[in-house]
Amino acid sequence: MVEQEQRTGTSSTRMIATLGIAGLFSGLALVAVFLFTRPIIEANKAEALRRAVFQVLPGSSSFQTLEFSNDKLALLSVEQENNAPKSKNPQIYAGYSKSGKLLGFAIPGEEAGFQDKIKAIFGYDPQRRMLIGFEVLDSKETPGLGDKIIKDKYFRTSLTSLEIDPKIVAVKPGQKTAANQVETITGATISSKTVIRLLDKTIRRWLPSINIYLAKQ
Amino acid sequence: MAADLLWIFISAMVINNFTLYYFLGLCPFFGVSDRISTALRMGLANIFVLLITAFCAWFLNTYVLSHAPYLRLISFIIVIASTVQFVEMAIKKMSPVLFKALGIFLPLITTNCAILGLALFATNKGYGLLEGLVYALGAGGGLTLALVIMAGIREESKLLEIPKVIEGTALNLIIAGILSMAFMGFAGLFSTS
Amino acid sequence: MKNFEEAARYHEEFIKGLWKENPVFVAVLGMCPALAVTNTAINGLAMGGATLFVLTFSSLLVSSFRRYIPKEVRITTFVIIIATFVTIVDFLLQAFLPAIHKELGAFVALIVVNCLILGRQEAFSFKNPIRLAMVDALGMALGFTFALFCLGAIREILGNGSLFGVSLFGPSFEPWIVMILPPGGFLSLGFLLLFFNWLKQRQEQKQSLVYLADAVAEVAEKKDSIISLKRGV
Repeated sequence: MVEQEQRTGTSSTRMIATLGIAGLFSGLALVAVFLFTRPIIEANKAEALRRAVFQVLPGSSSFQTLEFSNDKLALLSVEQENNAPKSKNPQIYAGYSKSGKLLGFAIPGEEAGFQDKIKAIFGYDPQRRMLIGFEVLDSKETPGLGDKIIKDKYFRTSLTSLEIDPKIVAVKPGQKTAANQVETITGATISSKTVIRLLDKTIRRWLPSINIYLAKQ
Repeated sequence: MAADLLWIFISAMVINNFTLYYFLGLCPFFGVSDRISTALRMGLANIFVLLITAFCAWFLNTYVLSHAPYLRLISFIIVIASTVQFVEMAIKKMSPVLFKALGIFLPLITTNCAILGLALFATNKGYGLLEGLVYALGAGGGLTLALVIMAGIREESKLLEIPKVIEGTALNLIIAGILSMAFMGFAGLFSTS
Repeated sequence: MKNFEEAARYHEEFIKGLWKENPVFVAVLGMCPALAVTNTAINGLAMGGATLFVLTFSSLLVSSFRRYIPKEVRITTFVIIIATFVTIVDFLLQAFLPAIHKELGAFVALIVVNCLILGRQEAFSFKNPIRLAMVDALGMALGFTFALFCLGAIREILGNGSLFGVSLFGPSFEPWIVMILPPGGFLSLGFLLLFFNWLKQRQEQKQSLVYLADAVAEVAEKKDSIISLKRGV
């Protein structure tokens, strides 16, 4: 047994040195790749956000981020805008037309659907108190069934001129009688109901702060 | 808050089961599931390691990785491996009974994709400490559930005559597929009208 | 003579990963990514590509430094190297192929626990020169990619009626949706393995007939030579 111990030759110094060098090179390589790819990744994310905002606020050509902190909604300054994605505070986006007129707010929301959480963003026009656009950002709903919330054209169009008062409600297909009602999708009842619930809950949550913000403008 | 936590738990356990929906933890699933008692113990060992991992992941994310996100993967792996090592040594010293029940499985769990998977998923979903722990409990429970059911089926199937051409991994995969289909029935569990 | 032997050796180490020792179909390694991201052919290919990147570079480094890495810490060193390349490929995908990165999700990061990669370092790269290790890595990774592509293609064709997003059967095709859902992953691989087992079984039966014939012939030959030997003595 003593023989065996003597034979395992590697000193602890050598082992630590190897791991240390490996760790060092690893760290350097990672920092390099990270610094190289970070601007590209952030540009991708900004582009995706811009596309989503312009999609749900038709006619908009620029937007600004509003963040909810210290109990109120406030516009982010330019330097804060750059760090916007990292902030943990809830954010919405104000979209402006070419002439600088406020068209509405793009508001993201999420809700537990059939399979997993559904993430979406929608456009809200405060003057007409209507939803004017809708886009699913992330969904794991069943392909061919639940994912009709993405593919069903009629459903999507019905969300682009939706009154929010007194409440956004779901109705059975063919039974829509008022502008605040949305027909659910056959074969995707739960997923479509989730979307409708997402819309109502999210807009109710943001309305007070939005109204206060607009009153100050 | 409680409703959210309940959703996280049930969702991780049966709706988006780690093994039957996310395909994580397949090595133990196919390797250790031929007896119910072994499967149960493997599952419990997994839950234990998952809880510790959830805590470590939260700790790293909150205090270390916000400054160096590129170190996430390496630090997770090293932390998971070392923690399992320490835990194994600690259990061996403190409770030989527990060690006898769990001990052999602990090293096997380290490279289990489910452990790293939990850390990564919890990070991506932005879970805090409590949510992360509940998630780990649900995920581990789901793993154990899948393992035990599979073990039960395989124990029963030992009494049958199985054609050699399908025996082994092929059959286990097909059984897993049918099990996965059964678990699809849990989707929509939480939906209210 | 040496060049021919070398070339044959390279060829053998390369080919084995593609079929005879295919990581997914034979060794059944790395099943997590194989099943999770093969709901379409392109996702399968992308995952295979990412694994190829990680495996080749890891093998390159491990083989290059094999004389300097102490045996006792080799696994930890392998893991550090592999995790580094996985993180790199994750960032590269996020920057240059964001759509694919979104599809693959956290499974890119899970390449690091793919037993295939660690297994190749331990079994081959640590003990062999660079070029041989690279060839082994390439063969294994291409075999892995091939397997993922097969799975992805089968699941996409059956479950979505398309390949690479191009609809094959037209709008009237009723897709077998379960194939692109998780059960489809299990079932596809299960039935594929069943098919390969069946092929192997048939080949073995044919082979055993051949052996039988050979054995009979040998006995017949030996009989002659034993008789002639007796006569000689």
